Amino acid sequence: MSAPVTHQARSADAGPRRLELSLLGRWEVLLGVVLLGLVIVGARLSPVFATAQNFSNLTAAAMEVGIMALPMTLIIIAGEIDLSVESTVGLSSAVLGWLWAAGVSLWLAVPAVLLLGAAGGLLNGLLVTRAGLPSLVVTLGTLALLRGLASVVLGPRAISTFPTEFTAFGFGTLPGTPLPWSLLVFALLGLVLGVLLHATWLGRQVFAVGKNQSAARYAGVRVRRLKTVLFVLSGTVAALAGVILTARLSSARADAGQGLTLAVVTAVLLGGVDIFGGSGTLLGVVLAVFALAMLQNALRLADVSTQLQSIAVGLLLIGSVVVPNVVIRFRRGGGTR
Amino acid sequence: MLTRRYLHVGLALAMAASVGLLGAPGASAQASLNVAFLPKQVNNPYFDTAAQGGMKAAGELGGQFKQVGPSEATGAAQVPFIQDLTTQKVSAIAVSAADPDAIAPSLKAARAAGIKVVGYDSSPAQGAYDVFVNQADTQGIGQSLVQMACDEAPTCSGDIAILSATSTATNQNAWIDVMKQTLQQSQYSGLHLVDVVYGNDDDQTSQQQAQGLLQSHPGLQVIVSPTTVGIAAAAKVLEDTGSAGSVQLTGLGTPNSLRAYVKDGTIKEFALWNVQNLGYLTYYVAAKLVSGDIKGTPGESFSVPTLGDYTIGDNSTIVLGPPQVFTADNIDQFNF
Repeated sequence: MSAPVTHQARSADAGPRRLELSLLGRWEVLLGVVLLGLVIVGARLSPVFATAQNFSNLTAAAMEVGIMALPMTLIIIAGEIDLSVESTVGLSSAVLGWLWAAGVSLWLAVPAVLLLGAAGGLLNGLLVTRAGLPSLVVTLGTLALLRGLASVVLGPRAISTFPTEFTAFGFGTLPGTPLPWSLLVFALLGLVLGVLLHATWLGRQVFAVGKNQSAARYAGVRVRRLKTVLFVLSGTVAALAGVILTARLSSARADAGQGLTLAVVTAVLLGGVDIFGGSGTLLGVVLAVFALAMLQNALRLADVSTQLQSIAVGLLLIGSVVVPNVVIRFRRGGGTR
Repeated sequence: MLTRRYLHVGLALAMAASVGLLGAPGASAQASLNVAFLPKQVNNPYFDTAAQGGMKAAGELGGQFKQVGPSEATGAAQVPFIQDLTTQKVSAIAVSAADPDAIAPSLKAARAAGIKVVGYDSSPAQGAYDVFVNQADTQGIGQSLVQMACDEAPTCSGDIAILSATSTATNQNAWIDVMKQTLQQSQYSGLHLVDVVYGNDDDQTSQQQAQGLLQSHPGLQVIVSPTTVGIAAAAKVLEDTGSAGSVQLTGLGTPNSLRAYVKDGTIKEFALWNVQNLGYLTYYVAAKLVSGDIKGTPGESFSVPTLGDYTIGDNSTIVLGPPQVFTADNIDQFNF
C-alpha cells in the first residue's frame, strides 16, 4: 500500500500539505510499530495470546467494526460523519430475523436487508446534501430512528433459528485456515475502497471535498452526489455488518450492534484520519482496527478489569486525535477551520 | 519536525507502557480447579455478591476464582470474554446469560474444548451448558411477585406496572409471563397490569422509565421491579418525586441496596433468594463437574456444605431454594 502514498505526495504542491502528508505517511508506520509492539507485549502478558485460535477469535470479533470503518473513513475524509451505522446494524439484524421467521429464504432476505441499509444511507445522504443539514445532526436523528424501527419490527424477541450454513458463515473459518469468513469480506472491501480512494479520480474528489468544499465545487466536483453516494455505501455496508453479526451470534435482535458507532469512529480516528476531513488513509484505518482488537484482547487475556480496558482505549483515542490536531494547529500558527 | 517525531515516539512508548504496566506475565500456575465467573455485567452489586459466594467456595475447595465481564449487559459483549476464557483454558466458566442464544455458539466451542459450563442466574440456550443453577423456580418467583403487589395495593386492586431489566433477559421474561398468568386468577382480578417497561439494568435508564410510568399512569398503585438495579432506581424516583406514599414499590432487590428505603417506608416488602449462596452453589457445581463427580445428567444427586442435598432436574437444572421475603422486621439479619 505504499503506492497510494507516493501518489498523493506527488500530487501535493503546497508546503504545509506536504508536511501533513509526511506526518500521515509516518502515522501508518507508527501504527505498524504499535501493532508489532502489541503482539510482543500481548505474548508477554499471556502465554495463549500468540496462538492461531486467539488471532482467529480476535479477528472475528473485530470484523463488524472493521467493515463499517472502511466507508466511514471515506465519509470522514469528505468532511462528514455517519453516527447511524450501529442502528443500521440493529435494523438489518431485526429485519433479517423477521423475514427468516416469516419463512423468507436467506437468499432473498439478505439482499433485501442490504437494500434497506442502502435506503437508510440514501435518507442520510439526501438530508445532508439536499436539506443542507449537518451530518452530525442528521445521523444522530437516524441513529434513534432506525433503532426505533428495529424495535418495532422485532420487538423484544430474538430469532435464533437460522440454518447452520448461515451461522457457520459468522462463526466458522475459511476452509483449512484459522481465518474467519468475515475477514475475506473485510479484505475485499478494503482493497476495493483502498484503490478507489487512493488511486482514482473519485478518491481525489473525496479528499478535495474534505479539504475545501467550495473549491471542489468550483473545480467541477459534484459534491452533493458524491456525499450521497458515500452515505448510501455506508448504509449498505452497515447492513452487511448487521448480517455478519447476526450470523456470528446466531441470533437476530433489535438491539444488535448497540455501541458500535463509537468503536467504528475510534478505529477511523486512531487510523490517522483527520476528524475535520481532507486527509487520512485506508491502510491506517485497517491497521487501527487490528491494533484496537489486539489491545482489548491482550488486556482481557491479562485479566485487566473492564474499567481499565475502557480507560486504555479512551486514552489511546485522545492521544491519537487531540494531540496531532493540536500540534498541526500550532504549526499553522493558530489557523482555525 | 523534531517535535512531531518525539510526539510519535512518546505516544508509542505511552501505549506500550500502559499495556506493560498493567500486569506482569501471569505466572499462571495451572491449578486443576480454575473457575471463571462471567456475569451479565461487572460492577453490578448483585453479581458482586454472587462472586463473594463463589470466592468463599473457592477458598474451601482450594480452587482459583476470578470474575470477568463486560460493562454493558449484552450477549455480544460477553462473547469475546467466553472466547478468551476458552483460549486461557480455565477449567470451568460460570455464566449468567445476557442473551441465551447469542452466547450459545461460543459456549459450545468452550465445551468442545473440554471446559465445563455452568449457567447461573440467567440460563444460556440448551445444549450450551452442563448444568444451570436456577436461583428460584420461575413459578415461585412470579407468584410471590404478584402476591407482594397484591399486599401493597389497597384492597388488592388497581393499576400495577413492571419495571424490568433488558427486554431479552431470560429470567425476567419468564417471571413476567408467570405474573401475567397468575394475574388471571380470581383473587387477583382487581389488579390490572398496565405497562411493562425496560430499564436495561442501567440506573439512569431505569430511573427515566420509572418516571415515565408515574407520568403516563396517574392512577398507578404499585410498581413491581424484579431487578436489583430497577427497584433501587424506582425507589429513588419515588422518594425524589414525593410519590412514595401514593405509589407502592416491590420486587426483587438486595437488602443492602434497599435497606434505607425499607427503613423510611418507601418499600414495605421485597424478595430475593440468597445471592451469595447462589454463587457458592454455582462454584461447587462447577467443581463437581470438573472433578467428574457429576456429569450434569438429570437425576444425579450431590450435596453441598451448609446448603444441603440437590438433585439435577429436567434440562440439567437445579434450584437453589425458595425466595426470601425481606421486611423492616427482618432486613437487618441479612448482609448482602
